[in-house]
Amino acid sequence: MPDIDVRINGIRYQDHVEPRLLLVHYLRDRLGLTGTNVGCDTSNCGACTVLVDGTGAKSCTMLAVQADGTEITTIQGLAGGEGAGAPEDWHPLQKAFNAEHGLQCGYCTPGMIMSSVDLLQRNPDPTEDEIRHGLEGNLCRCTGYQNIVKAVQAAAGELRAAGAPGAVVGGQS
Amino acid sequence: MTRGPRIGDPAPRPDGPDKVTGRFPYSSDLRAPGMLWGAAVRSPHASARIVGIDPAPALALEGVAAVLTADDVPGRPTYGLAVADQPAFARDLVRHHGEAVAVVAAATPDLARRAARAVAVDYAPLDPLTDPAAAVTAAPLHPNGNVFRHLIVRRGDVAAAAADPDLVTVEDTYEVGRQDPAFLGLESGLAVPAADGGVDLAVSTQFLHADRDQVAASLGLAPERVRLTLAGVGGAFGGREDLTLHLHLCLLALRTGRPVGMAYDRSESFVGHVTRHPARMWYRHRATRDGTLVSVEARVLLDGGAYQSTSAAVLANACCFAAGPYRVPHALVEGWAVRTNHPPAGALRGFGIPQVCFAHESQMDALAAALGVDPVDLRRRNALAPGDALLTGQRITGTAPAVACLDAAVAHPLPAPPDDDPLRRPGGTGLATGPGDVRRGVGVAMAFKNLMYSEGLQDLSTASVRLAVDGGELVATVHCAAAEVGQGFVTLAQQIVRTELGVDRVVLRAADTSIGEAGSSSASRQSWMSGGAVAAACAGVRDEVLARVAAGRGGRGEAFALRDGEVVSRDGGLRLPLAEVVGADPVEAVRVFTHADTAPLDADGQGDAHVAFVFTAHRAVVDVDPALGSVQVVQIATGQDIGRALNPLAVTGQLEGGIAQGLGLALLEDVVTREGRVATRTFQDYLVPTALDVGDVVATLIEEPEPGAPYGAKGVGEAPTLSSIPAVVAAVRAATGRRLRRVPVRPAHVALGEDGVAPFVVPGGPAAPPGVVTGPEGPLAKPALTDPPGVAELPGGEGGA
Repeated sequence: MPDIDVRINGIRYQDHVEPRLLLVHYLRDRLGLTGTNVGCDTSNCGACTVLVDGTGAKSCTMLAVQADGTEITTIQGLAGGEGAGAPEDWHPLQKAFNAEHGLQCGYCTPGMIMSSVDLLQRNPDPTEDEIRHGLEGNLCRCTGYQNIVKAVQAAAGELRAAGAPGAVVGGQS
Repeated sequence: MTRGPRIGDPAPRPDGPDKVTGRFPYSSDLRAPGMLWGAAVRSPHASARIVGIDPAPALALEGVAAVLTADDVPGRPTYGLAVADQPAFARDLVRHHGEAVAVVAAATPDLARRAARAVAVDYAPLDPLTDPAAAVTAAPLHPNGNVFRHLIVRRGDVAAAAADPDLVTVEDTYEVGRQDPAFLGLESGLAVPAADGGVDLAVSTQFLHADRDQVAASLGLAPERVRLTLAGVGGAFGGREDLTLHLHLCLLALRTGRPVGMAYDRSESFVGHVTRHPARMWYRHRATRDGTLVSVEARVLLDGGAYQSTSAAVLANACCFAAGPYRVPHALVEGWAVRTNHPPAGALRGFGIPQVCFAHESQMDALAAALGVDPVDLRRRNALAPGDALLTGQRITGTAPAVACLDAAVAHPLPAPPDDDPLRRPGGTGLATGPGDVRRGVGVAMAFKNLMYSEGLQDLSTASVRLAVDGGELVATVHCAAAEVGQGFVTLAQQIVRTELGVDRVVLRAADTSIGEAGSSSASRQSWMSGGAVAAACAGVRDEVLARVAAGRGGRGEAFALRDGEVVSRDGGLRLPLAEVVGADPVEAVRVFTHADTAPLDADGQGDAHVAFVFTAHRAVVDVDPALGSVQVVQIATGQDIGRALNPLAVTGQLEGGIAQGLGLALLEDVVTREGRVATRTFQDYLVPTALDVGDVVATLIEEPEPGAPYGAKGVGEAPTLSSIPAVVAAVRAATGRRLRRVPVRPAHVALGEDGVAPFVVPGGPAAPPGVVTGPEGPLAKPALTDPPGVAELPGGEGGA
């Protein structure tokens, strides 16, 4: 079986994996990183979105072996390290989704936040339309998206005010 | 401790921090040492005889622990929410695509799926019954017959109205497709065998106690030996009211003696849970020339699929509310919910009313056009008000702000006209629509719906509140079996305790079956019912605290009051910190909350069958490319009856999410079946609205406190999904002039003008009660029973969807 050598949420993993193992199952079933959810199996819903070398990727569309040599950040590493951290350590998007009621059942939230991180890295000051286009690949069944858009706008404002580019690599925000 | 939000404050979710950091444990995240994984063997046929089942090839795989079939169900072989007509496993006959035939347990999820495929089931396929109109007279698919319910609601005298030549008549036929709940969190759970021979099941669900009772009956165990705990729920919307994998998990755990987990994938979920009932409807409205409704006749045919689920109650809703929120002196509504070889239909946000709402609001627009009056004026003129009677004869004793909802919806400023941004045009990034191709349309619709259960069904909730001192700080612990499915009951429970007891630290115990039942998280009922139970338990705690203070001072509890965390005497002479009163001796109260009794419907569909009503109105603005049939929703404005907004954040979230689901049914979401088989089993072809599909939402909350409701609040989980559907379709009609009598509207219906709706076929034809719906020309739209099968099917092969 192939070996993979990958940093996930700041921790290095060297593992034997089956060639057919999807990245999301590696994260969830092998590493216990169940914060990353599976919602559709067909790359439509985006619940499984993580950052691979800082770029948003649906982890159900990637094989674990394709992650070899990359740095991956999941929702559980977004605030830094493996733990969730105290609220003051959260990424501005995590704070904003919580404060703006950008979630109800919350199942889409990890993927929605990770896609939003990617979006704000590429466009730190998106319009509402640009946010909607940026998150088109992430389904939410509860909120109707209005508060999600507000949350991304709020986080973008906070990131700009802090002068941060919003880049997240290897679990460091 | 900072002061936490009270009733009426915008309150953040207590589970928000765990949900934004990935720590929240959904049912799919549960693991146990030594656990096995289950997977179901499902029928690829809509109808077939089972000739034989050979588990040997599956058992031959290393790591497969068990293969169970109908022979392995120790208790009642069937289950069901209202009638136990659904087999735990199909035995001799499969009645729908995806019906479970067997279940396997294996060491890994992958192996379990491979083992499920290895179970050799020998099927003899049969012709499926897919036309609901034919079900009444077709050979029974089940010993219980093919009619789940036939219901008539008769008010006044429609024949007299029909004889009046001065009335204006509009008549048409409508269809509603099959909407899937499409919650994002797939069905999953974990069952662990217990030392007492029972089982502990953690599962995502809407109604723990109903699950427990059904599972226990089939396991042949006393209910107290089946203990359920709510695991993190990834959305529900009605689709988790019925059992799915619950029983299979418990059977496997008890058989293998090991913990067993199971998780559906999306394609399994599409055939493994109930959907909204597809509906065919015929309507005739009559009104005076000045626009006063005189009579409504309607026939409503619901395809209930292979098993009953909640079909009977869904049909009652469809019939009782068939005319919408209007005064109708004469009405005759006949409804059928029937069995077919489609997957079972059941509860889904709105529970029978979205279907009729699409029809009655389409009729109101047609009537306005026939009369040459403004559709908003026509609605305002006929809108229900307090004291008015429903079709069932029941008088509205609570609030009924129908007109206020309508006025608020249309008072919102219209959005700016289409601009030059090509991405905003219909079709969006496809860029197929040119700047001159866009037509804008505006549509308005209204609806109302019952809150809580109806027709005399037992409806109660149980809650306990325990007040203790922990580290010098007061802590209130709430226990209630109400399922938090995303709607925000957990937030509300905290707000209630803070408001009633003045205690800021409120801990929520996991919802489970170790306390009495809370009823289902459905029917827009938990704020009222479980909110009421928590408030009552708080009152019990308060009374106990005051009695304790009084007892220590030789007085009566009434001499004291609880204010902001202090016990004060009414004469002002005493102020005592609550923590001091509680001390080392916690105070606990358990209360059961019910509402006023409701009555069954009589033979004419008359009776006080409902508790209370919520009203709503929507105005939709859409841009359409008429040539391509593509639609972009620009804005939906709403006026929403809410009684009182207990948590404005949660209310707004429910409005916006509910509207998105209504929009989805109007334009996108369609489970397509072919010969009974579900063809749309992924999100590639079952289209859930994205952030681009939903327009802007502007909302006005109508706050008229409802008498008898805890805090005056009305549940708002379902109302937003109702009239958003016809409002969107009305807007598309306004932009294009197309008839559009079916939802979801398809691009071809808009572009080509053919909506594919066939004449209504009366179930059972001449066998139906004679004269049930009559006019001067005799029985209406009566089908030729000799019509070839499939006459009512849509082009495109829905096959009765």
